[in-house]
Amino acid sequence: MKLSIIFRPANRSLIRELVTSDFKLRYQNSILGYFWSLLRPLFLFGVLYVVFTKVIRVGEAVPYYPAYLLLGLVLWTFFIEATLSGMNAITGRGDLIRKVSIPKYIIVLSTNISALVNFTFNMMIVFIFMILSDVPFRWTILAAPLFIIELVVLTLALSYLLSALFVKFRDFSHIWDVVLQVLFYAVPILYTLTFPPKWIAQIISINPLTQIFQDVRALMITPEVLTTQELFGSQLGRIIPMLIIVIISVVAVWYFRRSSHNFAEEL
Amino acid sequence: MNDQDQTSLLVSNLHKEFKLPHERKNTLKEWILHFHHPTYEYLHVLKDINFEVKKGEFFGIVGRNGSGKSTLLKIISGIYQPTHGTVEVNGTLTPFIELGIGFNPELTGRENVFLNGAIMGLTRRETLAKYQEIVNFAELEKFMDQKLKNYSSGMQVRLAFSIAIQAHNDILLIDEVLAVGDANFQRKCFDIFEDIKEQGKTVIFVTHDMHSVQRFCDRGLVLENGNIKLVGTPTEVANAYQEINLTASSKEEKKVSKRLQKTDVRVKIVEYNKKAQKLRFEIAYKNQDRKKVYVGFSIVKDGTTIGELNSVGKENSNPSGRLEYILDTTQLNPGYYEIAAGLIGFENRQLLKATEEWAKFNVLGYDESRGAAMNLPDNWIVK
Repeated sequence: MKLSIIFRPANRSLIRELVTSDFKLRYQNSILGYFWSLLRPLFLFGVLYVVFTKVIRVGEAVPYYPAYLLLGLVLWTFFIEATLSGMNAITGRGDLIRKVSIPKYIIVLSTNISALVNFTFNMMIVFIFMILSDVPFRWTILAAPLFIIELVVLTLALSYLLSALFVKFRDFSHIWDVVLQVLFYAVPILYTLTFPPKWIAQIISINPLTQIFQDVRALMITPEVLTTQELFGSQLGRIIPMLIIVIISVVAVWYFRRSSHNFAEEL
Repeated sequence: MNDQDQTSLLVSNLHKEFKLPHERKNTLKEWILHFHHPTYEYLHVLKDINFEVKKGEFFGIVGRNGSGKSTLLKIISGIYQPTHGTVEVNGTLTPFIELGIGFNPELTGRENVFLNGAIMGLTRRETLAKYQEIVNFAELEKFMDQKLKNYSSGMQVRLAFSIAIQAHNDILLIDEVLAVGDANFQRKCFDIFEDIKEQGKTVIFVTHDMHSVQRFCDRGLVLENGNIKLVGTPTEVANAYQEINLTASSKEEKKVSKRLQKTDVRVKIVEYNKKAQKLRFEIAYKNQDRKKVYVGFSIVKDGTTIGELNSVGKENSNPSGRLEYILDTTQLNPGYYEIAAGLIGFENRQLLKATEEWAKFNVLGYDESRGAAMNLPDNWIVK
């Protein structure tokens, strides 16, 4: 698959229409639609903030813990939204795939773009919150998008893999639900990497999500955030998670291309 | 231009087989728990399909339901993959087989135009340029900012068709879109087909309607049980299709020959001499009540009764009886006809029983100059 195919005008228009109609449908019945969609994550943030700064004092391990927590939750929200909507992309668009020959990867791609647009809005709130909590501005923030791109590559790869698997095995939604639940605690969203014993922290750090979350936070909030690279004491702390993403991507592309020919018949 | 350029679509050695598992495993759990070898049934839907469509041809594909024509269309348009064989498409192909794909009732008409246009392969700029034309053709100017769920089904079809004809590709696939919409809109669609034909576009047209085959198609093919029965001129196609229908309906009749009930009537074709154009059919009845009865029959074409006759004067009170009638089919135009019969009480002229199954017959041949049921003689006098 040549990357240039995605940028053909007809395919670009298709992505654009799929994404915009998705947004129109999601937020059409209220002007405040987007703000309603924020209610759940913000409420979760409020609860966690109170629990981890007032009850269990995990938050004292790192400066600007509220911003650290909010950024973690926003990154996490993107991850679950992108992978869940990506997984449902093919089965949810069965009507299209059975009746018209359109590139299947575009359907999956459009769900991730939708999630990315939402993520961009949510990041505005993070920025506002950072200003309000006096997080000092540092130029390193400009490097953060590099790791966001890494995150997008990961969610795309997982979306392609999951969407194809979901066509064949309809219980994958349950499996992925469980995986997400485990990941929520296996990734330092609420806590910092200094909290668990070092060997546990190192296991946690093999997870690409841990590496991405910690790197983005270190660049955006405070250099005191313990990154996986610092934990391993070498670039290995970045190379291993990135290698995992490469492996997932290769498997995902191989499996999606192999099975996408038969989507129309299996749906 | 050499021969290569003249071919628009080349289908060679095409086979399609569906692999149907006896028990479908839809979950990972089932895969892990039932690891014995699954058994499959193979459904050979298309067998060795070969044909070529020339550039600028209006090509018809006809066949009964289940003959494999939808599968063929889906393979041509790239939705299904062939099991064996190849489909070569020379140029771009409108990839849709149905109208209004992706229409969302919660979006406005305008939003649906852009969404559906993109699915049909139009860029946003192209849709924008053709937007007014689409709206005008669909005659929906006033409704474009309303949600699609407030449209009538006729309005939705009009909008869908108007977008589809804008998807200007070298090859158009059209699948029985004519069965929808009111008469006025259908006429507009036919006009569009005439236009498309004049523009020299290649069209592949799937239909049941032999009149449109005659009217538009240059050539066509007939599918029967996944095989090509014939590739030929529209008249050959129409005749072959009628023959398939005739054999199929006589098979159906054999299946339903049940015993007569207490009070019952049945009609069946005894013999159809096509050379002499004489159709002999029989009406059998049972009359347990022993009241005086007679029978009657109607000949129906396209749901309209075109002739009725009863046997008043030959009524009797026998417990059962059989009557035959010989119909001269030269009185009828080519087409598909049905015979219904009834058993009628002589005293009160009340219908006691009507046939549950109708007898069916086909008058073969095709004649451009004749329509409807009655075969009018060519008595023109040019003055």
